[in-house]
Amino acid sequence: MNWAEFFAMGGYGKFVWSAYGAAAIIIILNIVLPLRRHKKVLQMLRELLKMKERE
Amino acid sequence: MNITKYAAPVVFYPLAGKLIPWFAWATAITLAVGLIMGLFIAPTDYQQGESYRIMFIHVPSAWMSMLVYVVMATAGAVALAWKTRLSEMLATACAPVGASFTLIALITGSIWGKPMWGTYWVWDARLTSELVLLFLYLGFMALQASIDDPRRAARAAAILALVGVINIPIIHFSVEWWNTLHQPASVSKISAPSIHPSMLWPLLINAAGFHLFFATAVLIRMRTEVLIRERHKSWIADIIGTKP
Repeated sequence: MNWAEFFAMGGYGKFVWSAYGAAAIIIILNIVLPLRRHKKVLQMLRELLKMKERE
Repeated sequence: MNITKYAAPVVFYPLAGKLIPWFAWATAITLAVGLIMGLFIAPTDYQQGESYRIMFIHVPSAWMSMLVYVVMATAGAVALAWKTRLSEMLATACAPVGASFTLIALITGSIWGKPMWGTYWVWDARLTSELVLLFLYLGFMALQASIDDPRRAARAAAILALVGVINIPIIHFSVEWWNTLHQPASVSKISAPSIHPSMLWPLLINAAGFHLFFATAVLIRMRTEVLIRERHKSWIADIIGTKP
């Protein structure tokens, strides 16, 4: 089996790869976005804490 | 050992922080094995050719879309009954992850439907009830976002989740109760599966990978929930002052 044949998926390449691609994007976003939000919330709370300490 | 002590946010937060990298690595390794087996090793289907390989992500994500809903509704019920904060946060964290699994099941199913059925979409019982599931998740999230007081928001959303549980058996049995384009289950808990082991293994390994991914994603979201909901507690100040 060569790679071109593998990616062609017996003529169903565009269906198979768009399905796997969509799933991969949704799964990766589900890790990246919550991690980013967690960092943002941490940062925000740190700034709030600093403001409180100054008061 | 008293397991309820882990339900205290102050205990849960650092513990989850330690667990997340392990779950993330286990997810990556499991899904890599499942992908290699599903895309390279599993043989070509004699009826559907290579297009059937979409099944290896479609079926596990459809299973997870229902499982996550049951987890979410159960956590909501526990929160309603015992007013436990961590179960409220679990329900909240489940919703976007469950919606994502539902979306994956709908998208991959739709793409698979085009070459096999000749259409991306039909309004039949299985597809429609799965779409209703997506709207239940979105409704849960919208309802919770629309109420300012987090405890009242969690209670209202939990009631919505519980009412929506009725949709789960409808999805499951839809292929038996109604005439549909969708094929009935190939893997059943009661009888032997009607698919060959060479195709069953990548399916089950991907399903395991999706469970691990669910754990990873939910733990990350729950930690953020803990930070937001417990921000006035003194232990939060201790944690954010020192650790990332």
